[in-house]
Amino acid sequence: MRTLKFLLQKEFLQIFRNKALLPMMFIAPIIQLLILPQAANYTIKNINLSVVDFDHSPYSRRLADKIFSSGYFHSSGYPASAAEAIRLIEKDKADIILTIPLGFEDKLIKEGSQKVGVQVNAINGVKASVGNNYLSSILSDFNNDIRMEWLQPSRISNQPSIEIVSSYWYNPMLTYYIFMVPGILVFLVTLIGGNMTALNIVKEKEVGTIEQINVTPVRKSQFILGKLIPFWILGNVIFTVGLLIAWLVYGIIPLGSIPLLYLFAGVYLFALLGFGLLISTYSETQQQANSMIFLFVMIFNLMGGLFTPIESMPDWAQVITHVIPISYFIEVMRMIVLKGSGIRDILYHIGVVFSMGIILNGWAILNYRKTS
Amino acid sequence: MKAIEVSHIVKTYNKGKTLAVDDVSFSVEKGEMFGLIGPDGSGKSSIFRILTTLLLPDKGSATVAGHDAVKEYKAIRSIVGYMPGRFSLYQDLSVEENLSFFATLFNTTIEENYSLIKDIYTQLEPFKTRRAGKLSGGMKQKLALCCALIHKPEVLFLDEPTTGVDVMSRKEFWEMLKRLQKEGITVLVSTSYMDEANMCDRIGLIQGGKLLRVNTPSNIIGEYPDRLYALKAGAPYRLLKDLSAYPERADSYSSGAYVHLRFKNPDQGSEGRLLEYLHSKGHEDVELKETEATVEDCFIRLME
Repeated sequence: MRTLKFLLQKEFLQIFRNKALLPMMFIAPIIQLLILPQAANYTIKNINLSVVDFDHSPYSRRLADKIFSSGYFHSSGYPASAAEAIRLIEKDKADIILTIPLGFEDKLIKEGSQKVGVQVNAINGVKASVGNNYLSSILSDFNNDIRMEWLQPSRISNQPSIEIVSSYWYNPMLTYYIFMVPGILVFLVTLIGGNMTALNIVKEKEVGTIEQINVTPVRKSQFILGKLIPFWILGNVIFTVGLLIAWLVYGIIPLGSIPLLYLFAGVYLFALLGFGLLISTYSETQQQANSMIFLFVMIFNLMGGLFTPIESMPDWAQVITHVIPISYFIEVMRMIVLKGSGIRDILYHIGVVFSMGIILNGWAILNYRKTS
Repeated sequence: MKAIEVSHIVKTYNKGKTLAVDDVSFSVEKGEMFGLIGPDGSGKSSIFRILTTLLLPDKGSATVAGHDAVKEYKAIRSIVGYMPGRFSLYQDLSVEENLSFFATLFNTTIEENYSLIKDIYTQLEPFKTRRAGKLSGGMKQKLALCCALIHKPEVLFLDEPTTGVDVMSRKEFWEMLKRLQKEGITVLVSTSYMDEANMCDRIGLIQGGKLLRVNTPSNIIGEYPDRLYALKAGAPYRLLKDLSAYPERADSYSSGAYVHLRFKNPDQGSEGRLLEYLHSKGHEDVELKETEATVEDCFIRLME
């Protein structure tokens, strides 16, 4: 115990003395939490729409007005011909072209139906599909409006109709940052926690200090604990800083219990530090460790359910997400913070992440023994 | 009981492809200063790492102060001091912090064994708040020695302690080692500087993982069987070149300001014939004299 105390003392002394580490640990998360949630916004605005109006009728103008007044679209002009419109797409000035054919109004009134053309630039898939959806719903809305105007009031009451009224639970306004901030916080804790542990241990190898420690009576378990405990504490501190920012800047107050959040964060950090330790046993230099972490963090980032819902991934990818610890923490964060879930709802998650921690740490310690 | 006992140690790397230590056996008496002398890559560090329990030998056994280097590694770790070839202290901790950190790891304090490190530490004291990484090479080495001594070890392992240190500091360092030896500490030291060999009680000449000879420096020199000549001339480089083409020579190499030379089958006329040869090659001011062999000469002769 006494030795461990001195190891911890030394570790904290080094951490507080490191000019790059502390700012990276605190300022970076603060800045990232302030910037990333604003940028990671799925609401697509400013879709450039060109309307090729061959009809020039009151109805066609009304349709265009309706579309632009929705706020999602930005007019990139009224080209006179289809060819001119295509050129706008080629120049990347327009994302969608709406073609209103000649006789739009006539046909709409006389025959009760009309077709319009929609051409979408699908270079940016998300923008294209979301824009197309918006446009379709505005078009069908326009369609309904017109039918309402024409139909006799008596016939409406006879017409059975189902109206869908949806309400969004846990995030009624579908505000993106409420959804993103908890996830991004998890990501930051992961990045900093895993990274720092691995780099710190590898640095002792690289500089050779581990050699000097190894010839002392210090046991390996003491050395490892002396490394894990400080970073476990720091991980919790960063987590706290993040929660404070979520509250102060975004007004996000966890609906569920805060001690429960910390319980899960503690278990998660245990697994994460095991991961960092494991990486450190497989690398000789900080550069090697860094490249390995980079590989995993990319996978964690894209497959952990932070940006894209896990449920919409292909089956094989969903299987992979089951072994990515970050996916559990992101889910639990959203559950506790937004939904107010209790301990029973997350017991499964705690169990899985704790087992991962046992496996990662066990593997790391076995490997650490073998290599030295 | 011997302080260090090494018997038939073999160590290979890369799954047996690289042979680093090849059946090495030697022993070191208590209180003795033993030097492993050999060029870089001769296996010195591997032997050190095996004895300090950082590396497992493939074959053979070793004991340090009576403890087996494999089975009783824990006992060894608390009674030996090790100074690796590379500076391995915390560069971001100060002199004092490094020292007290290593003292606490051995369950002791700086004060407890201060008498042992006093001579060295007084030189470090003015810099005690300076970060270890900001010290000069000689100071770093003194700090490393202090840290290796802080728990009053029975056996001190110094792996190339004077590499990269200036001549004055090297001399001073060996004087410190002599003083430590008087305190009863057994010292195993390695070096690639042949001139330092004379400071040791006994030396082992090592090359390519093989221990060539173990003896006192004077005995090793005394065992030198041939007559050795030292040559000097106006154009040293051309002299060396012409000598290597001389048919009667067994060996010639530069040593300090001179070129050392051995004849294949020396007889009465050897010296005269050589001078004639050099004269015919246009060398002037040729100086030829017989000289005492040094450890380096012995080493070069043994390497063949």
